[in-house]
Amino acid sequence: MKEQIEIEPKNMNFEPKIVAFLCNWCAYAGADMAGVSRLKYPANVVPIKVMCSGRVDIEFILNAFEKGADGVFIGGCHPGDCHYVNGNLRTRKRVKMVKKLLEQMGINPKRLRLEWISATEGNKFAKVIKEFVEEVKELGPSPWRRK
Amino acid sequence: MKKIAMYWGAGCGGCDVSLLGMHEKLLDLLDEVEIVFWPCAIDAKYEDLEKMEDKSIDIAFYNGAIRTKENEEIAKLLRKKAKLMVAYGSCAIEGCVIGLANLYNKKEIFDAVYLKNETTKEKILPNKLPEFLPYLKTLDDVVKVDAFIPGCPPPKPVLEDALDALLKGKTKFGKEIALCEECPRKDTKPEKIEINRFYRWHEKEDDGSCFLAQGIICMGPATRAGCKAECISANIPCTGCMGAVPKVKDQGAAIISAIASLINDENEDEIINSIEDIVGTFYKYSTAKLLPKGRMKDGQ
Repeated sequence: MKEQIEIEPKNMNFEPKIVAFLCNWCAYAGADMAGVSRLKYPANVVPIKVMCSGRVDIEFILNAFEKGADGVFIGGCHPGDCHYVNGNLRTRKRVKMVKKLLEQMGINPKRLRLEWISATEGNKFAKVIKEFVEEVKELGPSPWRRK
Repeated sequence: MKKIAMYWGAGCGGCDVSLLGMHEKLLDLLDEVEIVFWPCAIDAKYEDLEKMEDKSIDIAFYNGAIRTKENEEIAKLLRKKAKLMVAYGSCAIEGCVIGLANLYNKKEIFDAVYLKNETTKEKILPNKLPEFLPYLKTLDDVVKVDAFIPGCPPPKPVLEDALDALLKGKTKFGKEIALCEECPRKDTKPEKIEINRFYRWHEKEDDGSCFLAQGIICMGPATRAGCKAECISANIPCTGCMGAVPKVKDQGAAIISAIASLINDENEDEIINSIEDIVGTFYKYSTAKLLPKGRMKDGQ
């Protein structure tokens, strides 16, 4: 109840669109786990399964924003657990660079989030998505979206 | 005899010179074409262009970007008069270096140029110039474009290839591979590149091997081939003026993806933070495409 009161009224009706790239081996399985465990998380997320978080080209991220996403989420395996050895580490470096790019373009880098979620971490998936949706709600619609 | 026209929009004039830079090949070209409008080289006024019949020009080349109302009007007029409209050079295609101005708005640009410039004594804003558009546009933002000749300015081999194709009526030309394929330093590229630090050109003595392996940013892997690696032959890394390889949409995204994966995991933050200007480095020629409506403003 307390949480509900704290949300600013101007953002009450805004439902952000979030594109989530989830890796086949960990994050997607984690999302599955969240579903099987009947955990609740906001329905703002459109999951896209990729074989590895390393498959997420920066073009995908920018394209998602350009097509109207308010936030982009990338879920991968924990460092060291990548099914393809180091795909997730590459993504980590790319995301850091894109955050810098977004900042220079005038987009809040918080709209892009990378998290490590293992196949058993259904709880973490639900929690992180909830957090991220709240965060993007606070930020309001992406300025890229209005064009 | 084909009729051609060339117009100089918002650009440095290098494109006009590049057409002359074909040297004796230009004479062969002149046997085949008649130049009806080229403000830089022949005496033809806008009225003359207006008087021409619609679709009477076979090929109209437009170089430079669209920065003022005048540029926009002439682009539309040329489109009306020409059968084929060709974007000539990087400015017309994707905004080029002057497209970096889209990181700032009109007021900031005017302030920097006319009002807060230390070397300008009289602080006057121009009032008799054609209207300055809020943001820089590229040619295909304004009119339909039939063909693109990339490069800043289009290098000789690219230009010869393009003119050859265009005079035969073909609008598709050029190579579909990345610059690394024709790079003279191709053989020096190691199997695995690991970047421990980025160097700027002047910070390191060039040892003649692959620039990326030396830690110097080179746009080669994401840039279209065709220029015969002119810059690299002169020991300068590629900055990407030829634009993306045809099957890639976003050159900057492609090179960021590629370069990020070469960075050493151990001190990645420090290495990444050493690139201060991401847009200016990786979108040097395509900022106008990345930010067509200028820098965005995000709530917080």
